[in-house]
Amino acid sequence: MTAALRGIYAIWYREALRLRRDRLRLVGHLLSPLLFLLVFGVGLGRAIGSLTPGLDFISFLFPGIVGMSVLMIAFMSGISVVWEREMGFLKEVLVAPIPRASLVIGKTLGGATVALVQGIIMLVLSPLAGIELTPGVILRLVPLMLLVAVSIGGLGVLLASRMYSMEGFQVLMNILVMPMLFLSGVFFPVQNLPAWLGVIVRINPVTYGVDAIRQVMLGDAAPQLLMFGEPVSVTQDILAVTIFGTVIVALGIWSFSHQG
Amino acid sequence: MPPIIQVEHLTRRFGDLTAVDDVSFDVAQGEVYGFLGPNGAGKSTTINILCTLLRPSSGSALVCGLDVAHSQNQVRQCIGLVFQDPSLDERMSAYENLEFHAMVYGIRRAERRHRLEEVLRMVGLWERHKDVVKRFSGGMRRRLEIARGLVHHPRILFLDEPTLGLDPQTRVRIWEHLHWLRREQGMTLFFTTHYMDEAEHADRIGVIDRGRLVALDSPDALKQSLGGDIIILRAADNAAAAREIDQLYHLTATRDGDSLSLEVSRGSELIPTLIRSLETTIHSITLRRPTLDDVFLRLTGKELRDEEASGMETMRAWARTRIRRGVGH
Ligand SMILES: Nc1ncnc2c1ncn2[C@@H]1O[C@H](COP(=O)(O)OP(=O)(O)O)[C@@H](O)[C@H]1O
Ligand SMILES: [Mg+2]
Repeated sequence: MTAALRGIYAIWYREALRLRRDRLRLVGHLLSPLLFLLVFGVGLGRAIGSLTPGLDFISFLFPGIVGMSVLMIAFMSGISVVWEREMGFLKEVLVAPIPRASLVIGKTLGGATVALVQGIIMLVLSPLAGIELTPGVILRLVPLMLLVAVSIGGLGVLLASRMYSMEGFQVLMNILVMPMLFLSGVFFPVQNLPAWLGVIVRINPVTYGVDAIRQVMLGDAAPQLLMFGEPVSVTQDILAVTIFGTVIVALGIWSFSHQG
Repeated sequence: MPPIIQVEHLTRRFGDLTAVDDVSFDVAQGEVYGFLGPNGAGKSTTINILCTLLRPSSGSALVCGLDVAHSQNQVRQCIGLVFQDPSLDERMSAYENLEFHAMVYGIRRAERRHRLEEVLRMVGLWERHKDVVKRFSGGMRRRLEIARGLVHHPRILFLDEPTLGLDPQTRVRIWEHLHWLRREQGMTLFFTTHYMDEAEHADRIGVIDRGRLVALDSPDALKQSLGGDIIILRAADNAAAAREIDQLYHLTATRDGDSLSLEVSRGSELIPTLIRSLETTIHSITLRRPTLDDVFLRLTGKELRDEEASGMETMRAWARTRIRRGVGH
C-alpha cells in the first residue's frame, strides 16, 4: 500500500472504530430527525394537507429530513478535527509520513461513513411518512447519501483546517449550515419562491443533494426543481454535488498543506 | 559516519520575532544531545523544524541525511517524536493509540502485534495496554508517548521536555528507559529540558538563548569553562567584602541572595588566604564545583528552572539547592 492510501485507511479506520464503540450515538442522532418529522410532518402536515394530489406533506418532508441528518452528521467530521487539534492528537497525524491529502480524505470518508450508516437507519422511519421503499430504491439511495455526505463532510474538514476552538466551529456551523439547510428545499418546495430566494436556493449545493434524494424516494410524485425553466434530473443533481464536493475536498487539501 | 543531524544557519521568524536566529550545529549518530534554554528561547521551534512541522525561514537542516524542507515524508519515517504537549487520543486505549501509529507508519499487520507488545513492555505498560488513556497518570502517558515514538524503529528520538511536570521518581524512571535505548539500541537522542540533573545525561549540551546558540560542549567542559571552583562567602558586610576582594585579588564577587559568589581557579587554596586577608568579618565560607546551573546563569542571565516562578519563589528554590549541594559536591 502506498503511504497515501494507508494514511486514508488508518484515519478512516479510527472513525469507524469510534462509531462501533458508541453505537448509542446512532440512536441519539435519530431523535432530532424524528422530532422534526413529527412536529413538522404531522403537525404542519395537517394544516397543509396534500401538496400536490397524492403527495402528503409528511411524505414530501421525509427525504429532506434524511438529507438533513446525513448532512449534519457528515459536517461533524470537521468538529472531530478541531477536537483533535485541541487535544493535541492532530500533531501525531501531521508529523506522520503520509500526505496531508490522506488526512483530509480519511477524515471526510470517516465522517461520511458515520453519516451514511445514520442515513440508512433513518430509512426505517419511512413507513411513518407513508413511503414504501423497494430494495432497488434503497440501493440507489446508498451511493447518493454517501455522495452528499462526502461533499458536506469535506466542507466541515475544510473549515476545520483553520479553526482552533470547538466553540468557534459550532458558531460557524450555526451561521453556515443552518441557512444551507433551510434554503435547500428540505422543509418546503422550492417551486413558487420569490425570485431572490429562488436564486439563493439554486446556488446552494444542498438543494441538489436533497432534490436527488427526493426524486429517488418519491419517483414521479416529487415536485420538480426547475433550472432555467427545465426540470433538473437526478443525474444533473449528482453532477452538481460531485463538482461541489470535488472543489471542496481539493480546497481542504490545499488548506492543510499550506500552513506551518 | 556523517552526522545524523546537520543544522546550518537555521533561522525561523514569526512576523517580527526571530524565534531561531542563525543556529548551526551537528549531532553525531548515537549521541545524546541536550538542548537547554529558558522559556521562549526557541527550543521547540528548532525541534519542530527538524521534525518537518515548521518550515525554516532560511538556512538548512539535514536529518538522517535528508533535507527537512524537501524530503518531509522520509524524514518523518526516520524520526520518533515526543512532543512538549500531550498528543495522545484519550478516548482510545494504549494499544489503539500505538496501533494507529503503526498503521500510518506502514508497519505490516503481521509484525504489528509483536512490535507493539515489545515497545509497551519496554516502558512497562503492557499490563495496561487495553486501558483507555484517559485513566493514565501523567507519567504513564509520557511513557506511552515514548513507546509510540519508537514503534517504527526510528534512528533518532526527539523529546521536547519529556519530563516536564512529572514527579522525581517518574523522571528517574523515564531516564532509565532512555538510557536503556541508547545503550542497547544505539539510539540517537535529542532532548530539551528545564532540569539541570537531566542535562547531565547528555554527551553534549547546546544552550540556546533568545534564538541564538550561545554554547555547545560536553557538560564537563561547560562547567570547566567557568574557571574551576566557586566560593560562596557570607560576610558581616557583603558590599565591603566585595570591594576588598576586588582590590586585593582583582576578582569580581557577584551578589547571590545574602551571599557573595566568586569564580576562581584554585578555590581550596584561596580560602585560607581570604580568611586571613579580609578586614570584614566572615560568617561562613563554602567551596563547590560549578554546576550546569552556574553555566546557565552565566550564559543566559537566568536560572535553569523556575523561570515561571515569582522572584520570591526563585530565591527560595535557589536557597534550597544551595543547602542541598553544600561543600565538596
Ligand atoms: N506559531 C508561532 N507563532 C508566533 N510565535 C511563536 C510561534 N511558536 C513560537 N513562537 C514564539 O517563538 C519563541 C520561541 O518559542 P519556543 O520555540 O516555543 O520556545 P521554547 O520551546 O524554547 O520555550 C517564543 O517567543 C514564542 O512565543
Ligand atoms: Mg518549548
